[in-house]
Amino acid sequence: MIGLQHYLTMSAILFALAVAGIFINRRNLILLLMCIELMLLAVNFNFVAFSRYLGDETGQVFVFFILTVAAAEAAIGLAILVVLFRNRRSINVQELDSMKG
Amino acid sequence: MFHAILFYTFAAILIGAALGVIFSRNPVHAIMFLVLAFFQSAVLWLLAEAEFLAIVLVLVYVGAVMVLFLFVVMMLDIDVERARSGFTRYAPLGLIVTALMVIELMQVIWLRSREVVGVSGFAETPEGYSNTKALGSILYTEHVYAFEIAAVILLLAIVAAITLTMRRRPGLKVQNISRQVSVNSKDRIRIVKMDSEKSQ
Repeated sequence: MIGLQHYLTMSAILFALAVAGIFINRRNLILLLMCIELMLLAVNFNFVAFSRYLGDETGQVFVFFILTVAAAEAAIGLAILVVLFRNRRSINVQELDSMKG
Repeated sequence: MFHAILFYTFAAILIGAALGVIFSRNPVHAIMFLVLAFFQSAVLWLLAEAEFLAIVLVLVYVGAVMVLFLFVVMMLDIDVERARSGFTRYAPLGLIVTALMVIELMQVIWLRSREVVGVSGFAETPEGYSNTKALGSILYTEHVYAFEIAAVILLLAIVAAITLTMRRRPGLKVQNISRQVSVNSKDRIRIVKMDSEKSQ
């Protein structure tokens, strides 16, 4: 019987893969943004699973708002990326050191 | 049983697509894998009877956000080989941290929760239940202020994206609208008094 635990496991694996992606791909800013999208998807999985388990639709409303914020975040992040590429001709994370961080 | 086979099939494809996102060399391939991952998630949400969100995920994410990603990747001229030449030195540490996270989460999900809730499926929905109707009736009553804030956030995203990417090129002739609107008739006409010329 597929239930709460299966969905939570699925989401945990997805989240861990996204974290691994952020560690591995420190050379390409677009891939970092895509890994963040994967993380948000894993969180949404948790919300949907608990919403169905508890029989309460509020969790799905949360997913709705997370999708909204994620769309806004993607739009602004990609705009920043375009400006960055226009100024520096590169989106390699390790070359972006003008703030000496 | 059939439900379980479907779940495991789509979950396997989803994890494979996530691996493809992480490890593919070409950003365009990575985005295609991400589209596949979102599609499989939508199918899994359909299996969990969250139909409205599944359709929204396909329409909004695959239809809009992923196309935006694809558009940006194809617009920027990225040097693929140089951008992906080998992994960083943090990769082994990252993999260790990830494995630890998975092990701990599995322990919490499977061992601890079994004593409390037991392993069971989701509750059966009543006859004639409509996910979209239930979601709409709760979204527009209890969460209507959050809904309006979400609308403002989207507006903010539009404004921010446009102001970030708009550039002023030097030498471009543009109208100054505020000066045009606030112009005064006295500034336009100048009356010059001068003596009339005498005929010789």
